[in-house]
Amino acid sequence: MHITALLLSRLQFAFTISFHIIFPSFTIGLAAFLTILEALHLATGRPTYRVVFEFWLKIFAVAFGIGVVTGIVMAFQFGTNWSELARVSGPIQGPLISYETFMAFFLEATFFGILLFGRTRVAPWLYLVSTAMVALGTTLSAYWIMVNNSWMQVPTGYALVHGDLVPDDWPQILFNSVVWVRFPHMLLASYLTGAFCVAATGAWYVLRREFNAEARVMLRMGLILAAVLLPIQLFFGHLVGDYVHDRQPVKFAAIEGRWHDEQPAGEVLLAIPDPVAETNHYQIKIPVLGSVIGSLSLHSKEVGLTDFPRADRPPMVIPFFAFRIMVGCGLAMLLLAWVGTYLSLKERLERHRALLYSIFWSFPLPFVAILTGWFTAEVGRQPWTIYGLLRTADAVTPILATRTALISLVVYCALYTFIGGFGVLFIYRLLRAGPGGRLALPPSSEHGRAVPLGDEPFIATESP
Amino acid sequence: MITFWVAVLALSILLYVLLDGFDLGVGILYGFTRDEGKRRDMINAIAPFWDGNETWLVVAGVVLWGAFPIIYATLFSAFYIPLVLMLAGLILRGVAFEFRNKALHLRWVWDAGFAGGSLLATFMQGLMVGALVAGLPLSHGNYAGGEFGWLSTFSVLCGVGLCLGYSLLGACWLVRKCDGQVQARAYRLIPALSVIALAVLAAVFIFALREHLQVLGRWLERPYLFLFPLLGIAAGIGLILSVHRRRELAPFCLVAATFAAAFCTFAISFWPYMIPFSITIDAAAAPHASLAFMFWGEGLFVLPLMLIYTAISCRVFHGKVRSQSDSY
Repeated sequence: MHITALLLSRLQFAFTISFHIIFPSFTIGLAAFLTILEALHLATGRPTYRVVFEFWLKIFAVAFGIGVVTGIVMAFQFGTNWSELARVSGPIQGPLISYETFMAFFLEATFFGILLFGRTRVAPWLYLVSTAMVALGTTLSAYWIMVNNSWMQVPTGYALVHGDLVPDDWPQILFNSVVWVRFPHMLLASYLTGAFCVAATGAWYVLRREFNAEARVMLRMGLILAAVLLPIQLFFGHLVGDYVHDRQPVKFAAIEGRWHDEQPAGEVLLAIPDPVAETNHYQIKIPVLGSVIGSLSLHSKEVGLTDFPRADRPPMVIPFFAFRIMVGCGLAMLLLAWVGTYLSLKERLERHRALLYSIFWSFPLPFVAILTGWFTAEVGRQPWTIYGLLRTADAVTPILATRTALISLVVYCALYTFIGGFGVLFIYRLLRAGPGGRLALPPSSEHGRAVPLGDEPFIATESP
Repeated sequence: MITFWVAVLALSILLYVLLDGFDLGVGILYGFTRDEGKRRDMINAIAPFWDGNETWLVVAGVVLWGAFPIIYATLFSAFYIPLVLMLAGLILRGVAFEFRNKALHLRWVWDAGFAGGSLLATFMQGLMVGALVAGLPLSHGNYAGGEFGWLSTFSVLCGVGLCLGYSLLGACWLVRKCDGQVQARAYRLIPALSVIALAVLAAVFIFALREHLQVLGRWLERPYLFLFPLLGIAAGIGLILSVHRRRELAPFCLVAATFAAAFCTFAISFWPYMIPFSITIDAAAAPHASLAFMFWGEGLFVLPLMLIYTAISCRVFHGKVRSQSDSY
């Protein structure tokens, strides 16, 4: 493959945004969880909720910090690497992204400062409000990002004036049905990420026979939340599939691994696709199910990839496999959450160590699902940046030299690997030290549990 | 509508320079401090604020994209490498706040990242302003200055000047937020920093004269512009007096006033151009439908809220840094 500024810019965007999304998806869910914990603590006065809150706040702080600094890069990258996109669709995408900054970032930044440093400075109710404000900020941020991305997937409410895409119908852009299935899909994914990370941590402590009270709160809250949310998430996933089927048929055909029109259509469960020969090898296929999934019908005709010219097809192997990995993760999480919740409610979960190990090791699943879900959506949209309107090859900065693009790609890769590696290490240390311990004690330290939380006075007044 | 968004853009850039200016400045001074206790006080003096401060940079960036997309596309692609380096600096210093206390053996890495990142980001910002003042060669709406066209003696001088300016802001912030040794040291630094900053400013000016920069013509056309440098000089004299009398709030306000005066000088010199002498504000503005959409929501309602949040944060965290209870 020939190395061009375009290719390097695509690699850079894919790398920086994939790295970035890991942290917000975790913190959106965690912020909601922290709000629930703080509210429960205020309502019941149980110190366990407070200890669990302080513990997850420390982890939230590390993840949030990485999310903030890698997010700033995104706000600049559209201008540096994709100046044609920034210019052509700026009148629509610019205002959307600016709403995100205005509505979400200040809310997050201000009240996050109070969360970290304000416990001794503000009244308890205001502290709870601050927690809720951080959660609201992360949610608003997700909304505007999803509006923006949905517009790139299915552009609507625009007019073409002198080659620029200008807004024609803002309500249509903000409230169309694509936004309102994709935004909940992403939000639920974030909540599930938070829920599974919390449950996995709880399972870990139960296995280690440590922090019993806190571990039980984490395990049960995480599992119940996941068990309730997962069926809703599958339903919204289906709705997202519906919009792709109706509005982006070539992406749908790529995901389904369907090369030729079929009536009624089968559903390819697994296969090795061969884009050169335009066929699948070793496929496992269920007849008629493809029509049922695509159109809720037993005999509908479903289109295949060969209906579209090669120049308009996405690189189908990536969305095909990414989609299957995402669904696989979702189903595995559903199984774990339901069985785990059932046993937890029966008070029998702690005897099933194999299941606890599975829950512990399930923490990567929501992250993998989110990343592969985004790969499906974004790679499946190619070769377009704005679907049907602006090709990726035409969106890149025209004056960008290959060497310049290489410099930035190397800088970002090195820097992100560096801070990401340390961030994960620090989060691991916090998790290992457990709730109630001081910040980042070495694993072998004696102080794991004995030292009170920080220098703050609450332990003395609340602990029995 | 256009005027409103120009004003918001100007306000966000000015607020960014003043607010992130002080915490970047503290970051630069941090690099010249060895004592752990002093370092801790310095970090704590800015820790609750830096995230909000930095957000004003994002505000300026996205207002540019939403309201003046051509400028966003042209400027950001022209300053590709300086922006990447500035962002790298901001990333390093941003994570250092959380990371330095979690590191067991490698704290020096994050200390170096914090000071070095602050310095790098500041230098690149000054350099870009300098390159913009010196003039960006454009052809057909795209930057035509080449990969390293932004690098010149003039732009480097501007970068150095901004590092000094931010350090000055940072020192004044420390005077206000800290006491004891940190405050005493900051008081001692202010006069020295002011003198060096003034020298660099003079060098920049002489250089501009020698290169016959186009912006100088503007000064002859618009003599009222000299009002702002005069205001700046008055603020500078006030600064020395207030430091002499050991005032705590006044130095910061006076340095801020100097920055504001410099900012107004630039803004009015270039009016009505956004990229000096090639793209005007009117030519760069997004269609009315975009500007109005932004105005009726974020402009009218959210912007006042943002200013209120900033005020809340200052109110909650008012007073001196308490070394023990609020530390990371």
